[in-house]
Amino acid sequence: MRKALLALLYFLAAVVALAFLALPIVAIFVHVPPGRLIDQLSNPVVTDALIVSFKTTLIAQAFILLFGTPTAYLLASRRFPGRSLCVTLVELPLVLPPAVAGIGLLAAFGRFGLLGSSLSAAGITIPFTQTAVTIAVAFVASPLYIRQAIAAFETIDPNLVAASRTLGAGPARTFFRVILPLSRGGLAAGEALAFARGLGEFGATIMFAGSLQKVTQTLPLAIYAEFEVNFDVTLAISALLVLISAAVLISLKLTSLWQPSEQISSSRFARLSWS
Amino acid sequence: MATLRADFILPLRSFELELALEVDRTVALVGPSGAGKTSVLRAIAGLVRPPRGRIALGDDVWLDTARRLFRKPDERRVGLVFQEYALFPHLTVRQNVAYAGRERADEYLERFRISHLADARPAALSGGERQRVAVARALARGPGVILLDEPLSALDAHTKGAVRAELQELLQELALPTILVTHDFEDAAALADLVGVIVDGHLRQFATPSELVDRPTDAFVASFTGANLLRGKARRLDDDMTVVQLETGELVYSTEWGEGDVGVVIYPWEVSIGRLQQHDSAMNLIQGEIRSVAALGNRVRVRIGPITAEVTASSADKLELARGGTAFASFKATGTRLVPLA
Repeated sequence: MRKALLALLYFLAAVVALAFLALPIVAIFVHVPPGRLIDQLSNPVVTDALIVSFKTTLIAQAFILLFGTPTAYLLASRRFPGRSLCVTLVELPLVLPPAVAGIGLLAAFGRFGLLGSSLSAAGITIPFTQTAVTIAVAFVASPLYIRQAIAAFETIDPNLVAASRTLGAGPARTFFRVILPLSRGGLAAGEALAFARGLGEFGATIMFAGSLQKVTQTLPLAIYAEFEVNFDVTLAISALLVLISAAVLISLKLTSLWQPSEQISSSRFARLSWS
Repeated sequence: MATLRADFILPLRSFELELALEVDRTVALVGPSGAGKTSVLRAIAGLVRPPRGRIALGDDVWLDTARRLFRKPDERRVGLVFQEYALFPHLTVRQNVAYAGRERADEYLERFRISHLADARPAALSGGERQRVAVARALARGPGVILLDEPLSALDAHTKGAVRAELQELLQELALPTILVTHDFEDAAALADLVGVIVDGHLRQFATPSELVDRPTDAFVASFTGANLLRGKARRLDDDMTVVQLETGELVYSTEWGEGDVGVVIYPWEVSIGRLQQHDSAMNLIQGEIRSVAALGNRVRVRIGPITAEVTASSADKLELARGGTAFASFKATGTRLVPLA
């Protein structure tokens, strides 16, 4: 009897929790008919924001991959004094309030900022430009990728790297033929997370780049800007972002299946621990 | 054929590895785990950089700290077979073997009878197959030196015999300087011309396998080769004979010279077993309880008191040896070796 009661409590708690999590998402889609949502997507505010969002996010991703991958490999494969400090530094933006990140970026790149003054002397202005959006996205999203990449690189058996070297491959060939293929699942997962985080970036962007349509207004900023103007547009953008986020999450789950099944070690579980 | 000369110092976690080796055929490095055997291979392959020393294959110098010369692993012609083989899990057998050189991959697949596995991934292979892939991959590099790290330890006892015979034949045929790391004296004796015993980073003894059995320089080498080692105090009787009072009380006579704390080394095959006290030419007789009887192929290892003896299966049957009974172990004074104990 008590057992049945306990089971019922578990069940009820689960129903409440799942309903609570699903309700806002369902609400976005059912608040107005789907036809009207789709119509709103051709609104210039939406298309402009979509272009700004994807352009800045993709450029930021390119930089994250280009600089983040070697950084992660260095931090994963070398032991040096100050290494944990570097890792902590990489992780800090993850826990930083977005508004603080925005202020930090202004203080660094703003007109009277740390680098900003020399930049403006050279005729370069960063705040409230599309470059600022890209920088903000890169700042908040790169830690997700680097952290995940470090974890992915750390699971590679050092003997495989050594084997590659004794078989006549230099460091570059070893990286591209052994290290990269063996860590691709973890890297893709990190990249997907960073992409999703970058696309949803709001706080740092609005402080550092403002919300100027066609220039710095990304999808989340457009939601905020249209909130009091046209609620249907905000719903349409929200629905779009829900779909993109879901797609990222599903592709993330698929990359875990895509892990090389020939992996001898049990590391495929370790490399998925990106929380 | 070029000779491999390695003479270097390498600090390890708890001691310093100090080694001078000259290898032109197969040398086995044996010793307890953590003695620095694998580090020797890693230093020769260039995976670690000794702060002092010189490593060269013939005129080809790989390391010379005096001249600040250090060649990277990919610039040394070594074929290193890793302990767990370190096959690339994301590549097929053919891609693994072709990693160092595409041209001759198929030739090596055929030679090691793994052509039929060419498209398989390492995870799908048995231990023996993996070992063959690892050796084929290392040889496809065209190495001037072969380094084998515990090539047989990952195999079960059943597979091991066959793989060892194959390896023996291969090493003979290649006739390259080869260093083989093992913790198994039998493997070392079967595969190597010379055996180096490494303990705590130092070469304790460097000799042929049979010399190691005949003349172990110390207690570690003796017990490593599978000998009995009985501790006791030695006292000279006369010019020809030493008597050793064992810690267990018995007296053992030896034709070797010894004084003070010694270890008496007796090989199991030098010990005869009887159920009754016999009077033959053997001077040493130890009575004891039969503590274990274990069959090893056509031989039987019997433990009597402190001594392990090895007899044929048929004499074990005839003597009706069983645990718990009493038996006499006898061995000649000339069959004993005395080694100093610290």
